[in-house]
Amino acid sequence: GKTRALDPMLKKRDDFEDILEERRNSSDLKYALRCYTPVLYKGVTPCTSSMLKSMVLQSDQLHYVINQVSKETGKATDDIKEEASAILEEMAQCLQLSTVRFFAFTLSKAFKTLFRSICVNEDGIQRLQQAIQEHPVVLLPSHRSYMDFLLMSYILYTYDVALPVIAAGMDFMGMKFVGEMLRMSGAFFIRRSFGGDKLYWALFSEYVKTMLKNGFAPVEFFLEGTRSRTSKSLTPKLGLLNIVMDPFLKGEVFDVNVVPVSISYERVLEETLYARELLGIPKPKESTSGLFKARKILSEDYGSIHVYFGQPVSVRSLAQGKVNRCQFNLVPRHIPRRPSEDIASFVNDSAYRLVRAQEENMVLKPWVLVASLLLQYHHQNQAAGQKRGIALGELTAQAVWLRDLSRQYGAFLHWPDHIPPSEVVSSSLTLHRGLVRICEDKVQLAVEQGFSVAPEEELLSQAVILLSCASYRNQALHVFVRPALLALAIHTASSNQKQEVFNSFSFLRNMFSNEFILCPGATVQDFEEACYLLVKTGALQFTQQEVLVTERGHRTLAFLSTMLDPFLQGYQVVCRFLCEEATETLTEKQFIPAVRKFIKKLLLAGRLRYMEVLSSDLQKNSLAALLRLGAVRKMKGTPE
Amino acid sequence: MDRLFECVNCKLNLCQYLFFHRQEILKWNGWGYSDTRFLFNKKGQAEFTGKRYRLSGMIIPALQNWFEGTFGASVQHKSPAMPILTSSAVQPPTLNEAFVDELKSTGIPCSHDAEDRVFRGHGHCLHEVFALREGKVGRVPDIVVWPNCHNDVVKIVELACKHNVCLIPYGGGTSVSSALECPPEETRCIVSLDTSQMNRILWIDEKNLTAHVEAGIVGQELERLLNESGYCTGHEPDSMEFSSLGGWVATRASGMKKNIYGNIEDLVVHVKMVTPQGVIEKGCQCPRMSTGPDIHHFIMGSEGTLGVVTEVTMKIRPMPEYQKYGSVVFPNFEQGVACLREVAKQRCAPASIRLMDNEQFKFGHALKPQVSSIFTSFLDGLKKFYITKFKGFDPDRLCVATLLFEGDREKVLQHEKQVYDIAAKFGGLAAGEDNGQRGYMLTFVIAYLRDLGMDYYVIGESFETSVPWDRVLDICRNVKARIIQECKDKGVQFSPLSTCRVTQTYDAGACVYFYFAFNYRGLSDPVHVYEQVEHAAREEILANGGSLSHHHGVGKLRKEWMRETISDVGMGMLKSVKNYVDPKNIFGNRNLI
Repeated sequence: GKTRALDPMLKKRDDFEDILEERRNSSDLKYALRCYTPVLYKGVTPCTSSMLKSMVLQSDQLHYVINQVSKETGKATDDIKEEASAILEEMAQCLQLSTVRFFAFTLSKAFKTLFRSICVNEDGIQRLQQAIQEHPVVLLPSHRSYMDFLLMSYILYTYDVALPVIAAGMDFMGMKFVGEMLRMSGAFFIRRSFGGDKLYWALFSEYVKTMLKNGFAPVEFFLEGTRSRTSKSLTPKLGLLNIVMDPFLKGEVFDVNVVPVSISYERVLEETLYARELLGIPKPKESTSGLFKARKILSEDYGSIHVYFGQPVSVRSLAQGKVNRCQFNLVPRHIPRRPSEDIASFVNDSAYRLVRAQEENMVLKPWVLVASLLLQYHHQNQAAGQKRGIALGELTAQAVWLRDLSRQYGAFLHWPDHIPPSEVVSSSLTLHRGLVRICEDKVQLAVEQGFSVAPEEELLSQAVILLSCASYRNQALHVFVRPALLALAIHTASSNQKQEVFNSFSFLRNMFSNEFILCPGATVQDFEEACYLLVKTGALQFTQQEVLVTERGHRTLAFLSTMLDPFLQGYQVVCRFLCEEATETLTEKQFIPAVRKFIKKLLLAGRLRYMEVLSSDLQKNSLAALLRLGAVRKMKGTPE
Repeated sequence: MDRLFECVNCKLNLCQYLFFHRQEILKWNGWGYSDTRFLFNKKGQAEFTGKRYRLSGMIIPALQNWFEGTFGASVQHKSPAMPILTSSAVQPPTLNEAFVDELKSTGIPCSHDAEDRVFRGHGHCLHEVFALREGKVGRVPDIVVWPNCHNDVVKIVELACKHNVCLIPYGGGTSVSSALECPPEETRCIVSLDTSQMNRILWIDEKNLTAHVEAGIVGQELERLLNESGYCTGHEPDSMEFSSLGGWVATRASGMKKNIYGNIEDLVVHVKMVTPQGVIEKGCQCPRMSTGPDIHHFIMGSEGTLGVVTEVTMKIRPMPEYQKYGSVVFPNFEQGVACLREVAKQRCAPASIRLMDNEQFKFGHALKPQVSSIFTSFLDGLKKFYITKFKGFDPDRLCVATLLFEGDREKVLQHEKQVYDIAAKFGGLAAGEDNGQRGYMLTFVIAYLRDLGMDYYVIGESFETSVPWDRVLDICRNVKARIIQECKDKGVQFSPLSTCRVTQTYDAGACVYFYFAFNYRGLSDPVHVYEQVEHAAREEILANGGSLSHHHGVGKLRKEWMRETISDVGMGMLKSVKNYVDPKNIFGNRNLI
């Protein structure tokens, strides 16, 4: 039973349909104006966007908080009510079918020029339809691009599924026209931080819960909180998940269905934008004109998109045996309370499970493997002082090897088996020609050298390419991370003793738990999964006491541990920085610029191998890990 | 006064018949009177036999359709019960000879006849009745005694202590909490103490409006006798035809008309209970005392674990001058609950007010007897048209509240208007007396209907809870949905009947009653499935802020949740009382704690 559960080869996944195909063959206008009659939640109480607002303002929750705020601040309740009403105006969506139709039309045009196909698993759509009918639904798409939520609504419109309301960051509101358009297509806006603002929190949570409970629409938000600039899944944010689980925990609905959605882009629109951002090259403001400019720039081939609607997850079954719902029996449910420990850890565990569910159904393109190989090749060559690329034939052979390995690890790999591998590799190189250079049948990363006068500028432009490449490699990290941690653990452990290896694994896993999605408290399972995969693929053997690397296992283990090398070096260099340069006066704000400066110096001096360590994401994660592990301490309110 | 359940040939005293052989007049493996049952006649029409009830002898034309449609059952597929009890199925009694000898010397009647023992070895939980229908008998009492008065009980308890036998008090046998089941681990001789012979009203005090009554009297008999003197207690639990005063006290019973008369704890003025430590009672008959914790509250709800209640002084009231049924139809259950909440808030609840959900409304409709007059059915049709079409009520969402008003005529009419005015604010539409009366009839015939179901592969049960007002809707929705989900998960092939009613209102909450039944064809162990579903439903109730029980009690069926219900210290208190009162566990039914 155990091995079966662990074996990723047994994961069954649905087939995809390209929804752009029909768009290329029939009228977009007709499509935008077609009859739209989605199936609704069976317990729906029909209401309008404005009725929702007044329901929120009249709720017991809000009455309670308004009175509380009034007592604390001395403000009149009427004034607070007005304030609340204004906040709600700023926040609320006003979903209109006409706007959705407008987007259906314009996006059809845009998508057809940008993408070759948009592939959706129709079985997933069917499951979603069913789920929407039965219980309130929460949609949890992965977040890699601004496009994500428009794309989601576009797909749902296409399949006649109820359109969601979407929690969006306030930054969109900066773009006046676009902001209002988005609002009319179902977005509602949340301030990025509202710390201790009770009123705001009450309004926001009550607004979301009201929409959810009444079955007004599926509620969509991004578990990762923001777009991942690295293509790695981000540590989940718990605020909204807490809110949408609350009605179930308090018995206000029988169940809530949570549907993880995995959106995989063959080429992310924001590819180089993200790299620049991570390197601290000032990012363009999210303004309407900027968006249009970006659109113009990006009028090239972005390959295909795969959208996989995962299995709906019942919150009730998630909570089974983990949460004692009786804890809400002794206090009126409308009085806001901090979640108890068991609920906090339940929500946290669920969040990780859901992000992993997203990861599992992310479609990997051959390029992801090619990029991983090219990166490793690049760094090895560089270390050896060579500047020649890798022969296409060799690259293909390696890619085929990695293809088979990743399949054995359960990757959702879209490798067209009917096409000769060399063509598969060539065509992915063509699509990503901005990142690679092919010269006399030799392939290498498009890292220009010796052209720029300023070494720092050159460094940054190289780093942009490397970080972009790394973001593709990162797409596959979730497949390899557990075996890779084990490979690294075997490499670093002082002996081959099982216990030693486990301890080393456990240390590394703990160290990197801000970096990768590793479910809290699942060290043993992760270790077992890693062992299982490596043994199954013949890379490892276990004796009574020892872990042995087999003859053919060396290649696999070398590949896996090299995959984590940049991260290891990143954490090391941050530690080094903190030891050598950090003083008591270092503030959090100064940390990134300071460590960046430090790293640049080392890179220019040729003392670091991986430019990836320039990534602010890596730097932030390592600091967070060091804080968590107690190696670094945060002191509050240090006098200037 | 016209009562729904009134015996037509009521000249006979039920209690006389309940003497040695209750089974001659009552079913041994089902609910109620032997002559009264539902059946599908040769034409496939449902019929209610006997002469005891209003519905008796009538054809119920819509029942078959409802039954087959609701459960996916068929009148072609029968699952008949074993007609008679085979004595070989009953284990021979384990008798404590010394006890039996001394008991016989007191002259108190006793029996170890197999039928007598089996009859007193069960209540009316589904698993108990199901087993009997299959002719299966587990551990039953070894001997039955029939004390005639308080002093007899004192003697029996003394002998029980002396010879270390286990005593299980038995009143009306209507328990639905496994309270009457003999603990299988009990190795001592088990004596069933049948209180049915202690059935006299000892005195009536008209100055204080109290009556002193022996605890074995059953509800309908108590009312009949008091009515002869122009009084009533007004305590009418659904089981009142068969349940006894002592049982009410021992389980903290609740009556349909508690809004006027109160629940048992409000009605009891004085209780006498025989325990292994002696007799416990108060020294006066005072309406209220400030003398430490009320010792009545150790007795009420003790479920036979501390002693036998022998005599009770109860409040009585003059019989009401006027009684009127009524009903209100609401567009949906939410509106109905909101109306009941408002009625409770204004403290103007009639003697009884109950809100049935849509499924139960349809169920009630299916129980309409054949109407003789064309005129009535025409009116019925008109009313239906008015409710479902004219007012725009959705027949699959509407629900009905049934009402019973009691008091002097003028006040009843005034009260009625007040309630209907409130109902109107919540979209409620008065729907006539008949609908109301039929609603209450359902209460008395539901248990007979369960037996009918069991003849056709359908098993079911009811259970109850109490819950704060703000959670009424949530608990109703979630528990019903949980039942449906659990049935699906446990492999039940047909969708179950899962329905509820809000059956009592209080200042701070309400009592909710769930009915649940399903077609078990294709299941190898239907009772086990049933128990799993009921267990899950109870967990759901507790998770939604409901109580473990409003009036059925805990028994052995719900014991596992007692600790979380009353806290560790609470359990300790109850246990220390038990340890003091009954250190040798003579009252060894192992209920409650």
